[in-house]
Amino acid sequence: MSILINKNTRVITQGITGKTGQFHTHACATYAGGRDCFVAGVTPGKGGQSFESIPIFDTVTEAKAATGATASVIYVPPPYAAAAIDEAVEAGLDLVICITEGIPVRDMIRTRYKMQGRHTRLVGPNCPGVITPDEIKIGIMPGHIHKKGAVGVVSRSGTLTYEAVGQLMEQKLGQSSCVGIGGDPVNGLKHLDVMKMFNDDPQTEAVVMVGEIGGSDEEECAWWVKANMRKPVVGFIAGVTAPPGKRMGHAGAIISGGTGSAAEKLAVMEECGIKITRNPAQIGELARAVLK
Amino acid sequence: MKIHEYQAKEILRRVGVETPRGIPSFSVEEAVEAGRTLGGSVWVVKAQIHAGGRGKGGGVTLARTIDEIREHASHILGMRLVTPQTGPGGRIVKRLLIEQGANIRSELYAAMLVDRASQRVVLMASSAGGMNIEEVAANTPDRIHRTYIDPMTGLTNEQAAEMARKIGIPEALAKQAVVLFRGMYSAFDETDASLVEINPLVLTTDGRVVALDAKMNFDDNALFRHPDIAAMRDIDEEDEAEIEASKFGLSYISLDGDIGCLVNGAGLAMATMDIIKLYGASPANFLDVGGGANAEKVTEAFKLMLKNPNVKAILINIFGGIMKCDVIAQGVVEAARQVKLSVPLVVRLEGTNVDLGKKMLSESGLPIISAANMADAAQEVVAAAKRQ
Repeated sequence: MSILINKNTRVITQGITGKTGQFHTHACATYAGGRDCFVAGVTPGKGGQSFESIPIFDTVTEAKAATGATASVIYVPPPYAAAAIDEAVEAGLDLVICITEGIPVRDMIRTRYKMQGRHTRLVGPNCPGVITPDEIKIGIMPGHIHKKGAVGVVSRSGTLTYEAVGQLMEQKLGQSSCVGIGGDPVNGLKHLDVMKMFNDDPQTEAVVMVGEIGGSDEEECAWWVKANMRKPVVGFIAGVTAPPGKRMGHAGAIISGGTGSAAEKLAVMEECGIKITRNPAQIGELARAVLK
Repeated sequence: MKIHEYQAKEILRRVGVETPRGIPSFSVEEAVEAGRTLGGSVWVVKAQIHAGGRGKGGGVTLARTIDEIREHASHILGMRLVTPQTGPGGRIVKRLLIEQGANIRSELYAAMLVDRASQRVVLMASSAGGMNIEEVAANTPDRIHRTYIDPMTGLTNEQAAEMARKIGIPEALAKQAVVLFRGMYSAFDETDASLVEINPLVLTTDGRVVALDAKMNFDDNALFRHPDIAAMRDIDEEDEAEIEASKFGLSYISLDGDIGCLVNGAGLAMATMDIIKLYGASPANFLDVGGGANAEKVTEAFKLMLKNPNVKAILINIFGGIMKCDVIAQGVVEAARQVKLSVPLVVRLEGTNVDLGKKMLSESGLPIISAANMADAAQEVVAAAKRQ
């Protein structure tokens, strides 16, 4: 078992003819069972062509009808990426993973509004994607650093997630699934949503939760963990040293009005029974400790 | 992106928000001329910098004669204005706004921004406006009222009127307040703003609802569709190193420590700063080289870090995913040669092609301290800086 995706997931790449889309579709299709999973591409106006024998369609609806795909990954450039999410939602896909960084917030507010009442789950935007090691990777993370196992990982960052996975591997701890939810202020799945899935997943025995300054998603997740979580959770928040009011690359990483600071988040997480560390080099050891 | 008060007021006036009459001025003579053009008997001379708290720093003064305008303008133009938001270095004032004075009956507060939890734009307002709004928010949060805006309908008349009632705007002025709140939302939505703040929003003794101050920030990711807004950028207000960095697609922020750090990814970059602090030193900068760094980018990143005279040692922390460690290593070697590196350099590489990358570094003949992991890297760089 795993969460969100497994070897039976069938995926459409939206924006498959761009440089980024091609690079990562190739990398994903050649990871584990990827050849069976990546079944279609979509680029308007390029229907009928193909990429590495993956057929390309003009629309998501056509791609879905022809291949039975239920998920998509989006590499469409920022000005058009929100519309690409809308298209996937209207086509009734179960899961949309949007890698694109730099989508205007105004576009995402409208896209999220239109998603109300629809069953589609969105991961991202501005995220590395999702991987279920040794089965399928959908996104831009390096597949070779992962291995199948019992630790779930949920994170707002990209490379910091890889760092956490690297430390897990040093401890010989494989992962059930790793989910990068992205750093944008208006996005799809939150820490809390992913935590609930890990709680229900029989393969997952512990969860590593990596957060960042800004917002209150980590706190909300922590309160839920306190009341409901049946598995140990390990946490780290990046940005203890980030000066207030400075923007550190991620749109989400903004401290405002004294809330959302790393210290505040860590305090809430600790209060809720999450094993926290202030040292980003100790995430792996901590996960090892809670699994004993 | 931030803009000046006078620019924000121009945008807000276009959507029906009432502001005092004012004229931006770039010299003392222009300021005096502006005073004459505006007429009246009381003027306000306001420093235009991209930071709040200007009043507390002496950047906002009243003038009762044209001579006083001249006096205040001479004093403020060119001054180093230090406010709670500028940091100790302050900002040199290069622009002024000369405005007609207003007779203030009460000071209120109104702001609009994106609320992450509800994923909507929120209008926040309070009857307690003015210089101490942050204290009000911290000590009496129930005095801050919020209304969440449906992106399809926008801020409705009913919502705007209810907010006006909640913050104590008299019935006679309700219509004006509705125009102001709805104007704020039009401006916010039409320009892809990330913040519109009016503090204070004043009720005048002659029965008007006026935006006495205004601040607007914009979503950088949407500037491509607002060339008019992008043209308002004032690079005098920005950090030189940060502007230089943005030319090369690097995300750089100057800080006040002595350890330069070069990292791929914002989250890992913040974590790297945190671990430096944990081992007893402070980062000199935040620097994210992004996902697609090449040798040239790494070289530019090096140059940027070394321009800071406080840097005593440099830590490179790369977890290669898309980015291959050998490419980074090549960049590091080239950069270290080009810039004649004079401070200790600690490099931690992990991920794709890590062995090749490490080999290139060790064979370069450069005095590079290679670190096995993040903790090791932080300890090495802190120790190296202390030896300097």
